[in-house]
Amino acid sequence: MAERKFDCIVTGGGLAGLTAATVMARAGLKVVVLERGSFPGAKNVMGGVLYRHHTESVFPEFWKQAPVERPVVKQSLWILGKNGAVSVGALNQPAADGQPNAWTVLRARFDKWLGKQASDAGALIVHETVVTDVIKRDGKVVGVRTDREEGDLYADVVICADGVSSVPARKAGLRPDWRQDELAVAVKEIIALPREKIEDRFAIGPEGGATIELVGEATVNRMGIAFIYTNKESISVGSGVLMSELIAAKMNPNDVLEKMKDHPAVRPLVAGGASREYMAHLIPEGGYHSIHSVYGAGILVAGDAAGLVNSFHREGSNLAMMSGKMAAEAVIDAVKRGDFSSRSLSSYRARLEESFIIKDLKKYANLGHYMVKRPYFFGIYPEMVNMAATEFLGVDEIPKRTKHISILKKALKMRSIFGMVKDALGAAWRAL
Amino acid sequence: MNIEDKLFTVGYKPDEHKSHLKIIDPAICLDKCGEKGRPCTFFCPARVYTWEENHITVAYNNCLECLTCRTGCPYKNIDCQYPRGSFGITYKFG
Repeated sequence: MAERKFDCIVTGGGLAGLTAATVMARAGLKVVVLERGSFPGAKNVMGGVLYRHHTESVFPEFWKQAPVERPVVKQSLWILGKNGAVSVGALNQPAADGQPNAWTVLRARFDKWLGKQASDAGALIVHETVVTDVIKRDGKVVGVRTDREEGDLYADVVICADGVSSVPARKAGLRPDWRQDELAVAVKEIIALPREKIEDRFAIGPEGGATIELVGEATVNRMGIAFIYTNKESISVGSGVLMSELIAAKMNPNDVLEKMKDHPAVRPLVAGGASREYMAHLIPEGGYHSIHSVYGAGILVAGDAAGLVNSFHREGSNLAMMSGKMAAEAVIDAVKRGDFSSRSLSSYRARLEESFIIKDLKKYANLGHYMVKRPYFFGIYPEMVNMAATEFLGVDEIPKRTKHISILKKALKMRSIFGMVKDALGAAWRAL
Repeated sequence: MNIEDKLFTVGYKPDEHKSHLKIIDPAICLDKCGEKGRPCTFFCPARVYTWEENHITVAYNNCLECLTCRTGCPYKNIDCQYPRGSFGITYKFG
């Protein structure tokens, strides 16, 4: 490649990058997407929930053509104890047009489709190309270096959308190295099951889908979350544990996952299924305090690369797509002004601030740190809830009053009343 | 199901010529990291790293490209890059 100049180089063909590329290409900009894999999605992983609102804001009625799996109509949270589980859940009421709020997707398939939308809009997608550095002139980013021969590419702006370990964001000095308490190590397995089995086990119809999030024993009582999502003919089963916690527990992520799959509450859901794929991925979970510079002269950072994940609501795909869209809009404005300075591109940060993205992350800014310092949330409390449920629901000759006192006594042995009140208020203060 | 069996489910194009993962200074693994329990031998989702007698072996062609080792090594002693373009994993489902 000789010196080729684009309006914008997007690094990474994922949700943020392909959304950004589509929006810019539609506005007539000359855009190139650099993707490591042999197609967009080849190396992309997430739990699997894609939200309607954000996706359709760029890809109207996408569900009619895109390879989505199942609509998410049934959502629940399972608090796993050693051998039992307490669950809360909801069966969602569909919107007036009958479409759900979210779908499960498999990223290798969905992102391939999204890549097609971006290239149909006019973006050039270059595969099997790894970005190794940024090219700077007079302190301004003017392009990227790739591992291809003569692989330097130039543009007015680079959007870093190459995920949690973004190379250009780091090389440009916008993203410091992650700390172990800012990342979750997640593994996931695709387990094939016949359609009817999935629908029976999760009590859903042929057009329904379920998501289950699991805490407590599910992540060996360490800070993290596990999940089971239904696809058409498979289920996605995975778990993520904060890296610092995983290392403290001296555990392998696959052992954490296998242990959960063998829990009495989970075993019947996965039984008899055939393992079709195993994958690993880091999730940026530092929240608001982990977001560093998202813009500089000639450069913007979107999606996971910028740390835009709301782990308390298992949201990430929507933040990626919307931040990609906002980055694209900031670039379109900058092209109109002919100004790619840091100041001009700072309108991206303003867009993020005005949106739910920064507002939501700010709301939970201190909750994660609070919980990781208090292991009760993932250890003692899940066990306590399960103890209370077992006692409360157990029917025998013990009078209810005695039973309730016994629950209280057992709970107080696990954590003092003072401690419980402090934890509850502390968490509520940071969450509400 | 153990990791070795699970890794058979993943599509790979191995790079026979170049490892994208390197131990920077093997002496650190030998002399210093023992007391830390050599975390790379357990945190890696693909068990790329194993301790053999006096050094870490790196089965880089099993790598799932998550880059946990980049942050997880207590001494930042793993030079962890992405495989060259066209090499490494390709997911069918993702």
